[in-house]
Amino acid sequence: MKISRRDFIKIGAKGLLAGVAFSSVPFLLQGLVKNSSRAIAADGGGLERHNWGFICDNEKCIGCGRCVVACKKENKVPWEPEFNRTWVERYIITEDEKIYVDSPNAGRDGFQDFPPKLDVPESEVWKSFFVPKLCNQCHRPPCVTVCPVGATYQTHDGVVLIDQDHCIGCRYCIQACPYGARFFLPELGVVDKCTWCYHRINRGLIPACVEVCPVGARIFGDLNDPAGTLKTTLAQKRFYVLKPELGTEPKVSYIGFEKGVY
Amino acid sequence: MRFGGAENYSERLERTVLSPLARTSNRYYYFLFFLAAVVLWGLYAFIVQLSYGLEVTGMRDIVIWGLYLVNFVFFIGISHAGTLISAILRVTHAQWRTSVTRMAELITVVAISVGALMPIIDLGRPDRVWHIIVYGRFQSPLMWDIVSITSYLTGSLIYLYLPLIPDFALMRDRLGQEASSLKRKLYTFLAVGWRNTPQQRHRLEKAIGIMAVLIIPIAVSVHTVVSFVFSMLLRPGWDSTIFGIYFVIGAIFSGIASIIIVMAIFRKFFHLEEYITERHFRNLGYLLIVSLALYLYLTVSEYLTVGYKLEVEEKHLLEILMFGKNALWFWSFVVGGMVMPAFLIVFRKLPTVPRLVTASVLVNIGMWIKRFVIVIPTLEVPLMPFEFGAYHPSWVEWSITAGAFAAFILIFAILAKVIPLISIWEVAEETGAAQPLPEPSAESRGVVRRAL
Repeated sequence: MKISRRDFIKIGAKGLLAGVAFSSVPFLLQGLVKNSSRAIAADGGGLERHNWGFICDNEKCIGCGRCVVACKKENKVPWEPEFNRTWVERYIITEDEKIYVDSPNAGRDGFQDFPPKLDVPESEVWKSFFVPKLCNQCHRPPCVTVCPVGATYQTHDGVVLIDQDHCIGCRYCIQACPYGARFFLPELGVVDKCTWCYHRINRGLIPACVEVCPVGARIFGDLNDPAGTLKTTLAQKRFYVLKPELGTEPKVSYIGFEKGVY
Repeated sequence: MRFGGAENYSERLERTVLSPLARTSNRYYYFLFFLAAVVLWGLYAFIVQLSYGLEVTGMRDIVIWGLYLVNFVFFIGISHAGTLISAILRVTHAQWRTSVTRMAELITVVAISVGALMPIIDLGRPDRVWHIIVYGRFQSPLMWDIVSITSYLTGSLIYLYLPLIPDFALMRDRLGQEASSLKRKLYTFLAVGWRNTPQQRHRLEKAIGIMAVLIIPIAVSVHTVVSFVFSMLLRPGWDSTIFGIYFVIGAIFSGIASIIIVMAIFRKFFHLEEYITERHFRNLGYLLIVSLALYLYLTVSEYLTVGYKLEVEEKHLLEILMFGKNALWFWSFVVGGMVMPAFLIVFRKLPTVPRLVTASVLVNIGMWIKRFVIVIPTLEVPLMPFEFGAYHPSWVEWSITAGAFAAFILIFAILAKVIPLISIWEVAEETGAAQPLPEPSAESRGVVRRAL
């Protein structure tokens, strides 16, 4: 039988299309089966049982930087100041209401040895306070939507994690995060961020930064637990979240908010 | 087979266009060696980056994207030269296009190939690039990019190849005796048994017509989606609704400038003065000034709307852009990339070709700077009330950038020796010199089977 090239290509294309369609059936079925399985937390029960939340109390924070150190040790974050899962910012407002912000070594070494680099004398400083920062674990995380390979995802208990064995290092999520919470690990070639110590909270422990805070400026808990410290504190205090206008619905609430903090 | 009709014109056309493919000077080889050396140097820099990671680049915690992304946008931009412009001219039956389209389409293919490598070089884990294919998610604008750029590359390869078939057939028949057997086999294979029969011509013209219409939306989508990579993010300067059209017009702008440069170079070295005339330069000059005006309009709209409202982060951005550390870049784009070229195009004191080529070189330098101004300053504006970021590209990034540009010229220079840079059959047809051969011979069918 003689086949012209035209017909050969036509038949070939049809065959290829049919082959692709046919071979995709097992994958589709596999997807259906996979989605039906439930994720189990280390403390038993389904992950969706919890809905974790976080409070940073700017009125209590003394800027000692213990949280930054604890985080670096617990999560093997590089010691250099440009790699941080959490950091502390110092706000200084002068008499004429100019706002200066700094964070020497991300607050890792405290602020005592770092006099503010201001072009105004100390007498003109009107007020000053510290603001701890970490990943907001947004309810609608813009970083997760933009990942091209699904290496970053949201767990059922509302924490955004990164699978570092899966990340391709395109750093698009770093651009997408409006809070600057993500950073790049040059040694591994992948992105890293705060997980609220997911390996600890799964076992009934609290995050390392909350554990070491000497003044209780960081509160961690379950938003589904009405009697917990988190929920009762939120009930008693006025709180605020960072950049609410972006619609990301951050889950870190701040107490003691001030103009110029964003 | 031979084209019948006005012998003198079509023979001269073939001789002029095909002679660079047959004879090569030493100077050309020296030039190739130089380019290859630059590419190898870039390759060495890439190996350094592979072994030490992105730490060897100037990209740091705040400014996390750098020159690679700038080059990516630039190359994808000039890739619009070709296919889009040639398709639009074909669809609108602009007759003067015939001797320009081939070069334009070549720019597209080479520029996409080089440009598409840039994001891969930029990856922290290039060894995992296959994850994009296996685990790709369509929610990510990066994935839109990958889909539309690969479609554009495939489409423009087909669109480049289709009008080449009659020319490959011509080369198969003409170069036969002088050329090596490898070359002969290559052209026989590429000509896919073209015998210039009415049926073949009909099919070819239909296919080209379909591709010309298909390629326009694909080309527009490519740069729109490249802009979406930026404008889908909540960043000052990127968070813009006009980014799609802004990028597309910018791409057409720098694309036309690239065609003018390439045309002038090959006109001089391949002696194509008879086919690429001042009229071609003038017509492309009109297109250039129109796209410049559109780009100026969009640039003013972009910065005026942002600058009038002055949100805090946008204010920071405009400050470092217009008066701060990026002011030199920004104003050299405005003056060197738009104002000076506009004067050069509008005031016709100087001779046409050098005047337009100078304008085009300025436009392309300006547009590279513009892409730098889009990517870097936005990242320097801190998201939190932190210190501003800074970006100083390292020698690795500059080397890879130089390597990429050298690779672009190198591939183009090699292809110029394999592919006739002017579509011989179309130019011949335009001047009424070509006549289709009446019937396919038995020999032609044999070639079809062999080529298959």
